[in-house]
Amino acid sequence: MQLIKEEVKHIAKLANLPLTSEEEEKYSQQLSNILEYIEKLNQVDTANVKPTFNVSGQSNVMSEDKTIASLFQEEALSNAPKVKDNMFETKGVFENE
Amino acid sequence: MNNITSLTLTETLEALKRKDFSEEELNKAYLEGIEKFNPKLNAFLEVRKNKSGIPAAIKDAIITRGIKTTAGSKILSNFIPPYNATVIENLLEQGVSVLGKTNCDEFTMGSSGENSAYGVTKNPWDLNKVPGGSSSGSVAAVAADLCTFALGTDTGGSIRQPASLCGVVGLKPSYGRVSRYGAIAMASSFDQIGPITKSVDDARLVLEWISGGDNYDSNCRKEKFKIKSLAGTNIKGLKVGVPKEYFGKGLDSGVEKVIQAAIKKLEELGAEVVEVALLHTEYGVAAYYILGPSEISSNYARFDGIRYGGTRNNFGSEVKRRIMLGTYSLSTGYYDDYYAKAAKVRTLIRGDFEKAFEKCDVIVGPVSPTTAWDLGAKTDNPLAMYLSDVYTIVANLAGIPGLSVPCGFSEGLPVGLQILGKQWDEQTILKVGYAYEQATEWYKEKPKL
Repeated sequence: MQLIKEEVKHIAKLANLPLTSEEEEKYSQQLSNILEYIEKLNQVDTANVKPTFNVSGQSNVMSEDKTIASLFQEEALSNAPKVKDNMFETKGVFENE
Repeated sequence: MNNITSLTLTETLEALKRKDFSEEELNKAYLEGIEKFNPKLNAFLEVRKNKSGIPAAIKDAIITRGIKTTAGSKILSNFIPPYNATVIENLLEQGVSVLGKTNCDEFTMGSSGENSAYGVTKNPWDLNKVPGGSSSGSVAAVAADLCTFALGTDTGGSIRQPASLCGVVGLKPSYGRVSRYGAIAMASSFDQIGPITKSVDDARLVLEWISGGDNYDSNCRKEKFKIKSLAGTNIKGLKVGVPKEYFGKGLDSGVEKVIQAAIKKLEELGAEVVEVALLHTEYGVAAYYILGPSEISSNYARFDGIRYGGTRNNFGSEVKRRIMLGTYSLSTGYYDDYYAKAAKVRTLIRGDFEKAFEKCDVIVGPVSPTTAWDLGAKTDNPLAMYLSDVYTIVANLAGIPGLSVPCGFSEGLPVGLQILGKQWDEQTILKVGYAYEQATEWYKEKPKL
């Protein structure tokens, strides 16, 4: 599997990762190598095999419907780079940047 | 007391009870050690000058209220958590204190400790070698007697592999045994917190402390792990499975010799050795590097630089690589070829273990195909780095527990014996580890710093 630089750019955009042109080149090479190795999964016959997504064996875990203590607003905001009126400040969603 | 810091956790607790020394003297002794040796090792990122409590080192990927937690990443360089991980609350209840936060590969992604944004940790047995990873600082701190015990996290081998490379005990519990709340997530269907200790009995005790139900992690099993002390353990008649897939191409001959001798020792102790097959072992790394990065690409969307942390250009190169790999394998047109395929291979790997455990009580083999390698040797070749986890990754895919116990040396560097057990059966792997440890006493060997 060859991952060309254009595809790397596309994936980086989907993943919201700013990459330099140098990084795009490097990842194109490295990800291609890794994907080539991963191709070996095709040697395994999985025709009648169900996928596994969770191995804890737990299902439908319920918790009581009651109010418990949580963080104070001040604590929740304590690591925010930008705070305005006791809220997280973000870029406008509907504005063009 | 000539050397407080060489005592195991259980020995320390007994000594405190006997009033051989005070908690203040205990903390002072460890702080002196850190002052002397941490500049050489770079095991700790933060150190607390406590005067009380049982001093434990906590991997920096586990959050601690009021104590800077970076997970080895630049993106969290100023992050001060407003709450504690559940395991930290559990330890505080037992009188444990956070002595410091230990270095690790960025967001636990790495097998050598070299992916930390805060410099590489050195192996106490040879300062030119890697300590293994990702719980690099935690194992170095335990090996160099800079804490009574440490916590690490294990997603693909990050407790067992560095424990093996630094000659200490490392336990990855069954998936769901310990709450993951407050462990900064790497790949959520694999992540487990576990103890890194100076003895097997210490690992038993720490697991007892940190296990048990948690409303903040619905995958966490309610029952606490609790067994009596391991003293007097007998493994006569116990069936020990040896998979031939763990002794093939890629296994260093020096490591193989040490492991074969350890298996022989188990036989001498009365265990019955049986051959088992884990046919899909060779597909473990490939399946993991689809499933793990897929979960990573979704988990790491949370780093938006709005609620905490810096902007996404602060991610290091391994983190970016895995986010890219996961985003690719989940993207339109590739999901069935990659993610779904890997999830089916995961079922087969799980099935291998279920079948093998019909014939034996535990499975043993090497933790790592080699001993600690030279700093820098694999940093340019991510695939070579991934393959160093070939024997540990499968346990995470299957959700079963695994223990690394020191079992000797190859060319002066430690080798770990891996003991894998049935899901929820930490008891039997600890028993086997304990019996082996008591009969050999490799754990008494210490690095000369």
